[in-house]
Amino acid sequence: MKPKYLPLAATIAIFILAYAVCALQYPAMLSTRVVGNLLTDNAFLGIAAVGMTFVILSGGIDLSIGSVIAFTGVFLAVVLEHTSIHPLAAFVLVLAITTVFGMIMGAIIHYLEMPPFIVTLAGMFLARGMAFVLSIDSIPIKHPFYATMKSFYYKLPGGGRITLIGGLMLLVFIAGMVLAHRTRFGTNVYALGGGTQTSRLMGVPVARTTILIYALSGFLAGLSGIVFSLYTSAGYSLAAVGVELDAIAAVVIGGTLLTGGAGFVGGTLVGLLIQGLIQTYITFDGSLSSWWTKILIGLLLFVFILMQKLILYLSRKKAG
Amino acid sequence: MIRTVQQLALRLLPQVIALAIVLAMIAAVFPGFFSFSFQNGRLYGSIIDILNRGAPVALLAIGMTVVIATKGIDLSVGAVMAICGAVAAASATHGNPLVVTLALALATGIVCGIWNGFLVAVLDIQPIIATLVLMVAGRGIAQLVTEGAILTFNDEGLIFIGGGAFGGLPMPVVIWIVFGIAITALVRRTALGMLIEAIGINRRASTLSGIQTPVLLIAAYTLSGLCAAIAGVIAAADIRGADANNAGLWLELDAILAVVVGGTSLLGGRFSIAASLLGAMIIQAINTGILLSGFPPEFNLIIKAVIIVVILVVQSPKIRTISSFFARPARQNGGER
Repeated sequence: MKPKYLPLAATIAIFILAYAVCALQYPAMLSTRVVGNLLTDNAFLGIAAVGMTFVILSGGIDLSIGSVIAFTGVFLAVVLEHTSIHPLAAFVLVLAITTVFGMIMGAIIHYLEMPPFIVTLAGMFLARGMAFVLSIDSIPIKHPFYATMKSFYYKLPGGGRITLIGGLMLLVFIAGMVLAHRTRFGTNVYALGGGTQTSRLMGVPVARTTILIYALSGFLAGLSGIVFSLYTSAGYSLAAVGVELDAIAAVVIGGTLLTGGAGFVGGTLVGLLIQGLIQTYITFDGSLSSWWTKILIGLLLFVFILMQKLILYLSRKKAG
Repeated sequence: MIRTVQQLALRLLPQVIALAIVLAMIAAVFPGFFSFSFQNGRLYGSIIDILNRGAPVALLAIGMTVVIATKGIDLSVGAVMAICGAVAAASATHGNPLVVTLALALATGIVCGIWNGFLVAVLDIQPIIATLVLMVAGRGIAQLVTEGAILTFNDEGLIFIGGGAFGGLPMPVVIWIVFGIAITALVRRTALGMLIEAIGINRRASTLSGIQTPVLLIAAYTLSGLCAAIAGVIAAADIRGADANNAGLWLELDAILAVVVGGTSLLGGRFSIAASLLGAMIIQAINTGILLSGFPPEFNLIIKAVIIVVILVVQSPKIRTISSFFARPARQNGGER
């Protein structure tokens, strides 16, 4: 097996093993209801994690997504409460805002040659601050359109439901895979992760690609915010704190190299499901405290970083 | 000696001016701002309050400066604060004497720092990612220590660290000033500071020239862990309890901001602990100013974002190239250096 598939294979193996262990202890875990809920409950995180995968593949990082999700939710809640515009129009509007927001961050990163870490940190403060300025209260969204959208679902055999948002997440993952592995933009992203200087010499449009990557991340964070507002039927400026960390963890556990240049969008889905599985197991168990989720995710993160180091070391040794 | 003092004054000038402007703006809106009073053997006043409230960020900024000078970053300090606060509270509720409690809390911080340093220096993991592990897992560990509750304690000695006074000043202020001076003396009176800067500028070259890079890197992250431990104890002592969820939440970002405001480049290299401490005070003065002037505190984050963007533009390598292009004739005429 090629070493680049090793992290992905390990992730999938860990997921299957973990699911088997869970299913042995609680046979109910095998029901399609659990599977459906796993998708629905992690839908917003998954969509944001696709954007994060592209950012990390290019060798960057985006710390702003949690704040952007919160901003989107508050924006939608405020707009739907105070104006009479249709939710779909509000969705388009907020997606435009978050995409431009991402583009600006990408432009600052590229043209001012600053580390993505600190630029997106400023973006994180700004988006959270804007959400606070819009409203500090948790605003319920009572628009009938929301209820209609929540009533759409595909019924699986066994009573499980793939809800609209769960299905949307799967679609985003498929679109992300096509974008990463089948388009020129995707190839450019991988090239950028391999090294800015090299890719520039290869003729990759560095400026355009960098800006597009962060625009994509902003767009998906906005979409994730819409999904989150559908999921919670409310907008709250303190919501989704720390989602960026969960997204980064999903990407890394999914086998994407943190230095950029190698990884798979599909791996992120498995990484996400592993996190969801840990949470579901803790819920099933009932006696374990929820903070074990954090410790286990931290531990998994550590194991995968170590594995990545090992693979890099082996491939370097092979190269001489 | 005079020359070094002059250099230091020049280095700190932008931060001092910024702090003065912020304070003047607050004083313009809020006339009684500079008033002091002396009661119960300690000073009271808004300025003292800024120094006191800014203590955790100031302490974190000391360690963060050294870590950033090595071209690293420590995202785990907030979580380490929570762990150490929890350890201190747990130890105090078990009735351990103050010395044992403090030793346990500080040792925990040092262990956390060594762990981060080990990941960065020995396993050669990017600092953001290496410290992310503890940032994610840290609060879970802190919850484990407090068993999910907010541990409250009544240990007089421990409470004194958060709310007591020494020589008229609140204890947290005394701690961060003394600690800041001690660490500055340690790195500037020896070659340590220069070696750390060398690592930040070019780690490989420093290793090749015989610097014990791994040891110094681990030491830098250990210092950061120790600073986080002290800040954690102060934060816990301040509220007489350990809150694993909220202690030090997002303070890592404030600490990084303080270092950046202090003019230390995130790309590693030259650093100034004094400037970072001034940076921490600028941030705290803005926080206090917004509260005093009656602005909604929600504007705080937006102001911080604007500050970061302005500093980014100033620090940006591109802008430097452009400005040095314009400044070149002047420098030649002035014969600087």
